[in-house]
Amino acid sequence: MTNLLILIPVALGLGAIGLGAFIWSLKSGQFDDPDGDAARILLDDDDRPGS
Amino acid sequence: MSCCGGNISADCAVQSTQAGDRQFLLAEELERSARQLPDGSSQMALSVPDIHCPACITTIEKSLSAIEGVANVRVNFTTRRVTVTVKPDADVALDIVRSLGASGYPATPLDLSADSAPARKESAELLKALAVAGFAAGNVMLLSVSVWSGADGATRDFFHLVSALIALPAVAYSGRPFYRSAWRALKARKVNMDVPITLGVLLATGMSLFETFMGEHHAWFDASLTLLFFLLIGRYLDHLMREKAGAAVSRLSRLAARGAAVVGADGRIAYTPIDEIEPGMRVSVALGERVPVDGVIADGASDFDRSVVTGESAPEALRQGSRVLAGDLNLTAPVVVEARVRGRETFLAEMVRMMEQAEESRARYRRIADRFAEAYAPAVHILAALTFLGWMAWTRGDWHLSVMTAVAVLIITCPCALGLAVPVVQVVGSGVLLEKGILVRSGSAFERMAEANCAVFDKTGTLTDGQPVLIDTNRIDLRTLSAAASLAAASRHPYSAAIMRAAESRGIDVTLAGGAREHPGHGVEAVVDGRRVRLGRPDWVAEIAATDGGSAGHGSVAFAIEGAPAASLAFRDRLRAGAVTTVGAMTASGFPVEILSGDRADVVHAVGDALGLADSAVHGRLLPEDKIAHVEALKATGRRPLMVGDGINDAPALAAAHVSMAPGSASDVGRTASDFVFLRPDLGAVAEARRVSQRVLSLVRQNFGLALAYNALAVPIAVFGYATPLIAAIAMSTSSMIVVLNALRLRLGERSRRNVVPAFEQQAPEPAE
Repeated sequence: MTNLLILIPVALGLGAIGLGAFIWSLKSGQFDDPDGDAARILLDDDDRPGS
Repeated sequence: MSCCGGNISADCAVQSTQAGDRQFLLAEELERSARQLPDGSSQMALSVPDIHCPACITTIEKSLSAIEGVANVRVNFTTRRVTVTVKPDADVALDIVRSLGASGYPATPLDLSADSAPARKESAELLKALAVAGFAAGNVMLLSVSVWSGADGATRDFFHLVSALIALPAVAYSGRPFYRSAWRALKARKVNMDVPITLGVLLATGMSLFETFMGEHHAWFDASLTLLFFLLIGRYLDHLMREKAGAAVSRLSRLAARGAAVVGADGRIAYTPIDEIEPGMRVSVALGERVPVDGVIADGASDFDRSVVTGESAPEALRQGSRVLAGDLNLTAPVVVEARVRGRETFLAEMVRMMEQAEESRARYRRIADRFAEAYAPAVHILAALTFLGWMAWTRGDWHLSVMTAVAVLIITCPCALGLAVPVVQVVGSGVLLEKGILVRSGSAFERMAEANCAVFDKTGTLTDGQPVLIDTNRIDLRTLSAAASLAAASRHPYSAAIMRAAESRGIDVTLAGGAREHPGHGVEAVVDGRRVRLGRPDWVAEIAATDGGSAGHGSVAFAIEGAPAASLAFRDRLRAGAVTTVGAMTASGFPVEILSGDRADVVHAVGDALGLADSAVHGRLLPEDKIAHVEALKATGRRPLMVGDGINDAPALAAAHVSMAPGSASDVGRTASDFVFLRPDLGAVAEARRVSQRVLSLVRQNFGLALAYNALAVPIAVFGYATPLIAAIAMSTSSMIVVLNALRLRLGERSRRNVVPAFEQQAPEPAE
């Protein structure tokens, strides 16, 4: 029972981190221009991340 | 952008000042559409449809960032948009437009305030709800599996409690789209699929909560969460499909002017939004632009392509005092138009009003899923009620057990597979059509297309591709054709373009005649070797010719060298590629086809003959009102017409028809009014859309059948009280999987079809007689 008390919060916490990361990426516009991002990584002169 | 040959520099100067005017107007429009940011800077957005490769991103971003006053430039490659942030008080709109023009990217300002922001927000909402439901469903399912595999006593109760803690907020958050929709339907005293969904989810959650606190065996949290998860996938896919089609359609070029170049009393030109145009204002219409407002020509003369407005295929020469309508395309010379109505009251606006009225009749269309839900939801609810009563009687008043069993029936029958049955097939279907160059603008379009049982085509721009062709190119002697082409090179008239094409097809290297001048409404004149040469209207050419070349009927043009006999050149509409095969196949399969056109009767009948249609099925000289009346009459006799058209005058009829389709070259209103937009040049798209729609409908029916079959298996188990959360979980996921896999068969079928080259692709354009 005690290991469950530790493991369940750990599992939930990990899941919540994933969920949070996804929602953050959505909010910060990382899905706004998937085609453009795919192309930009190949552009040599753009060495700074998009602002 | 070097358009200038040495000897037409005068012409070119005129054109480049006009290009300057145009840029000036665009800049004004861009400035007006800008959005102010809190820090004082402003943000402008432009639609740049010509962005097509990663290099374009660099070109545009570099050239625009070089402008003084531009804070930030960002190209969105997915939506083909450029967003520019401008520092406070910087006046750079004109520089931006110029810079884009100079790098060869024509751009249109986007109104940021009227952007599709709500749609994007809704899609982000759905995605977040989907993510939350997925997270919760996964975790609860883990706990549920432990319970099913034998967790007992305190451990089970603890697992149920944790599940409840995860499930409650998730159900409350992720289920909102369904609750809202169900509530709207109930308020309107209707039932849709979301009513049983909402009821099932809420009851399952409520009952599980009760069970958890009573320390009972069964909790259904996983059922309600997986249900939400699967249904949200369907809903999100549906949304994505519509958003994609919407973006693709808005990317097509815009026909209607949003503003106009108003000439002030002092002769200065000012950009004025269309809504602010008052009768009496004088509007300058440059070459190659569309008339922004109904009015009369106050100054100048030109030829106008009115095909989008009236369906008339031959350009019309208009002089001072002639009426023009919003949407007419100016072909040969700049003119000034005096507005006769307010900007909002134009012909175009009138068409939009008629279109909206016609759309109301379509709003009454009940989608197959709704029709199904109307029968399904009451049946399920009655079944649950009967189960409850039956168990009450059987157990002599065991409340708890009776309620549990009734709720189990509701959960088991909750239309998970039914909710996915339609959207998955539609998404696969629209993907298949997209690969074939056809955009689907609404989900119910497939059903309506499959139900259509007669077709109505517009002529100009739909059955024909709007480009005239020279008749009997080979009969005309080479010297005449070459001389005519050297005059035609100076004009942008469609007939000139046709002569140039004909000359090129016979291998003539066209050189522009020196000093060629265009006389709007008449033709082109030049002086070669001391003699005047004219190409244009037969009567105007006859003035210098030795003999009258004879008029060859519709769309004829004459050519003559001073003192020599005139040669007559005749044109005809060119049929769109695949028109003959498509219309032929439709009539052969007992699908009546009619033509409704605003063009002259003889021209329309010529096209009808070329397509093998009976004279009674071909109608010319129709006003927009006549077209809509014809479509309504067809509907009144129980027909379900498919309307294919492109013009402004077709828009009301497109909206009134059971289902409608427009080419990508259509007017904005035409495209907005139609359910399908085909981006490829050939008319085979119509047959293709019909075929795929029929497959979509049959797959949807199969999916309903599969979902019902699953219910037929699961319902007896639930009614007799044997349903457990484990059975519900297995049944729900397998039925959803089966439905999705069945939908994917559509794509498999299309893939094997692709190896067979459709007949129309091998066909050259077919000329009409």
